[in-house]
Amino acid sequence: MSEILVLVDHVDGAVRKTTTELLTIARRLGEPSAVFVGAGIDAARETLAAYGADKIYILDSDALTDYLVVPQAEALAQLMASASPAAVLVPSTPEAREVAARLAVKTESGLITDAVDVQPGPDGSPLTTQSVFAGGFTVQASVTRGTPIVIVKPNSATPEQTAGAAVEETVDVVVSEGAKTAQVVKREPRTKSGRPELTEAAIVVSGGRGTGGDFSDVEALADALGAAVGASRAAVDSGWYPHSYQVGQTGKTVSPQLYVANGISGAIQHRAGMQTARTIVAVNKDAEAPIFELVDFGVVGDLKQVLPQATEEIARRKG
Amino acid sequence: MKIVVCVKHVPDATAKRSFDAADHTVDRAGVDGLLSELDEYAVEEALTIAAAGDGEVVVLTVGPEQALDAARKSLQMGAHAAVHVVDDAVHGSDAFGTSLVLAKAVEKIGSDTSVDIVLCGMASTDGAMGVVPAMLAERLGLPQVTFAAEVTIDSTKVTARRDGDVATETVEATMPLVLSVTDQINEPRYPSFKGIMAAKKKTVETWSLADLGVDPSEVGLAASWTSVQEVAARPPRSHGEVVTDDGDGGRQLVEYLAGQKLI
Repeated sequence: MSEILVLVDHVDGAVRKTTTELLTIARRLGEPSAVFVGAGIDAARETLAAYGADKIYILDSDALTDYLVVPQAEALAQLMASASPAAVLVPSTPEAREVAARLAVKTESGLITDAVDVQPGPDGSPLTTQSVFAGGFTVQASVTRGTPIVIVKPNSATPEQTAGAAVEETVDVVVSEGAKTAQVVKREPRTKSGRPELTEAAIVVSGGRGTGGDFSDVEALADALGAAVGASRAAVDSGWYPHSYQVGQTGKTVSPQLYVANGISGAIQHRAGMQTARTIVAVNKDAEAPIFELVDFGVVGDLKQVLPQATEEIARRKG
Repeated sequence: MKIVVCVKHVPDATAKRSFDAADHTVDRAGVDGLLSELDEYAVEEALTIAAAGDGEVVVLTVGPEQALDAARKSLQMGAHAAVHVVDDAVHGSDAFGTSLVLAKAVEKIGSDTSVDIVLCGMASTDGAMGVVPAMLAERLGLPQVTFAAEVTIDSTKVTARRDGDVATETVEATMPLVLSVTDQINEPRYPSFKGIMAAKKKTVETWSLADLGVDPSEVGLAASWTSVQEVAARPPRSHGEVVTDDGDGGRQLVEYLAGQKLI
């Protein structure tokens, strides 16, 4: 079996769920090797082993985290040259996407972005599925040159625990001076909301123009459901909710089990970010809102009446 | 200061977009196109930066005849000149081919006076891979500062704010560089009547691959490093039940979720 590199997404060693999904996908294609960049391996080791990493490459150098993208791309190109993997799987974060883009040019390898599924193709190499044009089409693609590099979206696989040998290897990183060009001079962690992360959440409750700027009913329902909160572009542009919570073409793409759209008309740009949700429910005053064309269940009504009642009903049922 | 803005002509997202049945490429002829909305932010930022100094903004687009519309809209907004790379061999190019053509064109634009900033939108609204700025920077051997939500320029130093999932970063780099901006950075202007009239007199250079010294075998569908096996329209979502709230809508909603075992 051949090696499949998985670029680990972590915050100070806390491995994000997407990495366990990527390791699960890597197992279908070959032997997963986790590539851990930065500090914090002690916190990450157990999770990586539990989800099947046979090897863990550790690349810990200040140059990799103090400068944007280029040093990581250089380091990974060196690792690809020495490990000769059959494929490289990368999480869909802005930075990892760009590392993958540079890596692909450096190694003359084909790059596929936004895969929602990856399976072994007839020759064993990755066959990917993407959802394009606001979820209107499904595309299957493969890489025809070099080592396939695939950027995988969150929720593309159900993480499966399989013990991996997790043999560690520290990789000496050589970063050229020319790569140290865009320096991160300040990093301010986001304040945590206490709710699940938007792109990883099983349930997303979001609000739009119809909230009139008051997200309290949306947040209360989200908390009753254990959900993440999202917002439409209209709500974000009005300054009602931070941009990092925006769902849609220019924000996050979510693919949860349940998406509850409140006071959101359902423009194509919003649909692009949520159309692949398993179940879609909407509350909107306007019976003609395009969102109702997508829903599995919809309520035409004032969200200020409907949401508090729903929240109360959930609490009553939970006893 | 010389700024090159890369813009793309894309099918209108609100129109019925589709793929060519024969070669799986995006159907660009059968649907109205326009300047990719996300590129308007790049044009606006270039104009703002140029206005602060004595800057020149050259807009660059690659694509078939109708792609010229994207360049023209940018000229109407206030860009000074435009370059349109058009060549049948470009059809079907992926991000690798596109970034190669853009890189060669940027080099040619910079052959008299050098280019200080190459500006891009965060992604296109059709392919939406969001990787061309990084690939372009790699090909040009330039630093990249991407997904900037705020940019300040001090002489040749560029400082940008990036809003990530887990942190907000402040990034510094020195010109020349590739800069991509998000839709949070500004409010793109509408072309004024004066701008529309002035655009008619502005230069648009048309270049072929031969003008750029790009071998046609390096670009286009045949040179793509990836291959699309299949394209299928997603079946439309079946219409679900829609009820009108008469005082019981919230409970009905929860009843539905419970029936689907979602709570």
